[in-house]
Amino acid sequence: MRTLLQRIVITVFVVAVATFFITPLLWFIFAPFNPQVSLAVTIPQSPSLANFAEVLGNSLAMRGLLQNSVIIGVGAMVGTSLVAALAAYGLSRGSIPGRSLLIYVLILFSSVVTGTASMVPIFKLIFDLGLINTHTGVILVMIGGLLPSAIFIMQDFVDSVPRSYEEAAMVAGASPLQIFRDVTFPSMRPGVMVVGIWALVNAWGAFLIPFILLRSPELLPASVTFYTFYDPESGMPQIRMVAAYAVLYTLPVILLYLLINWRYGFRFFGGIKQ
Amino acid sequence: MASIALSHLRKTFGKVIAVNDVSLTIADGEFVALLGPSGCGKTTTLRMISGLEMPDSGSIYINGKDVTNLPARLRDVAMVFQDYALYPHMTILENIGYPLKVRGVSKNALTAQVQAVAANLQIDELLMRRPGQLSGGQQQRVAVARAVVHRAQVFLFDEPLSNLDAKLRLEARAFLKHLQREVGITAVYVTHDQAEAMALADKIVVMKEGGIVQVGTPLEIYRYPANTFVASFIGSPPMNLLSCQLDGSQLQVLAGDDTQSIGIERMALPSRLTAGSQFTLGIRPEHIRLKTTPTANSIRGHLYVTQTLGSESLVIVRVGDLLITIRLFQDEAPPLPDVVYLCFETDHLFFYGQDGQVLQ
Amino acid sequence: MQKAVLSRKLSLLFLTPALVFVALFLVYPFFSIFQMSFTNRALVGANALNPQNVGLQNYMDLFDTQDWMRRGEMGHSLWLTAQFVIGSALIGQAGLGLGIAVAFHNRKGLLRELVFTLAIAAWIMPDVVVAFAWFAYLDPDGTLNQMLQAVGLRPQDWLFDYPLLSIILFNTWRGTAFSMLLFSSALASIPPSYVETADVIGARPWQKFRDILLPLLRGYIATDLILITLWTFNTFTPFLLTGGGPSYRSNIIAIYTYEVGLRFFQFGKASAIAVIVMLINLVLASIYLFISRSRQRQIA
Repeated sequence: MRTLLQRIVITVFVVAVATFFITPLLWFIFAPFNPQVSLAVTIPQSPSLANFAEVLGNSLAMRGLLQNSVIIGVGAMVGTSLVAALAAYGLSRGSIPGRSLLIYVLILFSSVVTGTASMVPIFKLIFDLGLINTHTGVILVMIGGLLPSAIFIMQDFVDSVPRSYEEAAMVAGASPLQIFRDVTFPSMRPGVMVVGIWALVNAWGAFLIPFILLRSPELLPASVTFYTFYDPESGMPQIRMVAAYAVLYTLPVILLYLLINWRYGFRFFGGIKQ
Repeated sequence: MASIALSHLRKTFGKVIAVNDVSLTIADGEFVALLGPSGCGKTTTLRMISGLEMPDSGSIYINGKDVTNLPARLRDVAMVFQDYALYPHMTILENIGYPLKVRGVSKNALTAQVQAVAANLQIDELLMRRPGQLSGGQQQRVAVARAVVHRAQVFLFDEPLSNLDAKLRLEARAFLKHLQREVGITAVYVTHDQAEAMALADKIVVMKEGGIVQVGTPLEIYRYPANTFVASFIGSPPMNLLSCQLDGSQLQVLAGDDTQSIGIERMALPSRLTAGSQFTLGIRPEHIRLKTTPTANSIRGHLYVTQTLGSESLVIVRVGDLLITIRLFQDEAPPLPDVVYLCFETDHLFFYGQDGQVLQ
Repeated sequence: MQKAVLSRKLSLLFLTPALVFVALFLVYPFFSIFQMSFTNRALVGANALNPQNVGLQNYMDLFDTQDWMRRGEMGHSLWLTAQFVIGSALIGQAGLGLGIAVAFHNRKGLLRELVFTLAIAAWIMPDVVVAFAWFAYLDPDGTLNQMLQAVGLRPQDWLFDYPLLSIILFNTWRGTAFSMLLFSSALASIPPSYVETADVIGARPWQKFRDILLPLLRGYIATDLILITLWTFNTFTPFLLTGGGPSYRSNIIAIYTYEVGLRFFQFGKASAIAVIVMLINLVLASIYLFISRSRQRQIA
């Protein structure tokens, strides 16, 4: 059906696009295994895992990755999915007047009061609450930021559970508690999983919030620790560390993405990733 | 085993009146079908019996006991939902056994009872599977099994066959009727399919716009439709309804620009019909005879189309702006000329007044 | 009409935790920004304990006609942000995303998997990692210059000489996946019979795109443009690549707010900037909600 010319145009376009997307990542393919790494792409003369060994030996790097990022990520994941699940269930199954207006206003608000706009008052709020330089402060702010989208996504899942599930349980003689435990919660589980993993990936990658709320190096998550290794204002980047650390830090995100993709298929929630 | 009584039930959703002043008694062991088009209030009535919906006013009695304010779980009813509502995260065994589980039945007793019910419904091979792995017909049986398993007093069915294809629906119909006879339980069955209601029910309740328009056995409803709504709803194809006017000794069929008259001497006309009054004449398709030559008291029409249905055939004839259906009990319609003549069997005529109600 | 499963009291109980979070981290900042923008509040010093009401002074400083287009001032930052949004979101992400979606419409194969996987990888990797990837890529010794030299072109110090172009390319690369996925799922939802009818009629590929696909995509394109404009307008990530420099030449509005508020701790002035940001966000979000609601109504 397509003429030769069309095929050439499309092929050239596709090759150009593929080049555009792959070349910025080429460096990461070789650099982690090259002990003599520079910012140029070079095939390692003597490939080794020395860069990884250096990261493993750096206590700040490892603490950021294995402790601080995990605490913040898991905290944000559990908090966001729990609060969002409760809210979505209440909204979907309750008799709250003007529920669609409520969600409308919530989404509007969260689009207007973005991180850019609210960083100063949030910094001040956390400062006044005495939570500055604590993981608790970072986790709370993250839950607050993720919640509107999380409720929105979760509600989709709850709404897709037929009401007849709960009605059949009522007729069968189940009490409200039994209904929630046996029917509603298991039916919502895919939503809780998706929102939880989504929140974890977001919290894991987040930079701005921990960057402005944490000061002590031993509390910093991997994202901020990583930045301190190459901060343009601090002089020379520690390139060997950066190369290997990036791999260790990115790996969980890629694995979680693959998990979601394999388990649930990549469902497209307009704007799930911001 | 239970009787049901509904007394002056009323239910509104916002400004919409879903059910208006519905009163009905259902005898112990009776199979009652609530029949009507969508939006007639039949499902809302069923949901009020189940306790999933609370009436605005009126009362519900099961076995003489007032259950109007009792929540669903305390009414001891069983319900089969239109979408079956089988839980995807439970096996078939767990699904069927769920009503027993919430009643605190021990695990062994639960398994034994589920197995007995499943064997009776011929789904015992499926117990370890999950709902997603079952065909529509199998899912439907599982939903029925879950309703049967805890021996409730009352069975409620909310269009349980509407998600099945035509062949499975006929099978399931026979199976449900057989099951209800066997268990002898009181059943209320909601459907919009008149053939289903006729086939299953001991008693049909025809509903329209939130109210009951006729109650009777299937045969009573078919033979004596109380108004034009029931007449046009029951039977396939439904009754022919012709607007007419009485003119001295003649009955005029008002068919647009082709008004024709037939004599009334052999008709049992209701006494309320007087000269000049307009009414609706009803006649079922099997009670019209088709002629190729004019006879006394016949009306003339043009052949519109013939349909061969296998065991019978339908002939549709155009008279003015009316289409009249005739059923022939022969497997193929005979060759017919373009102009045909219709003769009504005078002892099978129905007369409906301008309010749509039958005239005695 | 559906019956509620929960009573009103119980459903409010389920909602309470979420409402507390929303009140603390959305509603409170919203009002606090307005209130602070009329003060000279700072983190430390006399103005921290005893902020003075300065009326519209912060706004007058921002819109000071003499200075405001100078490097590092409000007007300059807004102008940079406008170029950044037009270049990286409207042209870069939406254009490239639409191009990829159309090029691979109704096609499968290794090349499609490769392009989609790479674009999605660029989208989901953590900010700091992609920022450093581009830092290395655009370095004078980096991959881009190596490639240019290989084809005989002059290498450049991209981050120093072309900082705005650098972050535009960076943000295009980073965010194209969203538009690409949105458009390709929109295209997949168009019944094949629409395009086949046009084939039978004898339409050329360009005519099919213009007369069949584009009108059906119009709603999605509007949605996409508004959303990515909103996100790009608010993104802070380029900070990780250029820090807003050199000498304020990539000082987009998010970085500007950060500089004023959390580096120099001029809370009052930063809040006035935030009010402007929120006003622009409000306009964008209202257009978006208006479009998506009128489309929902069309479907229903």
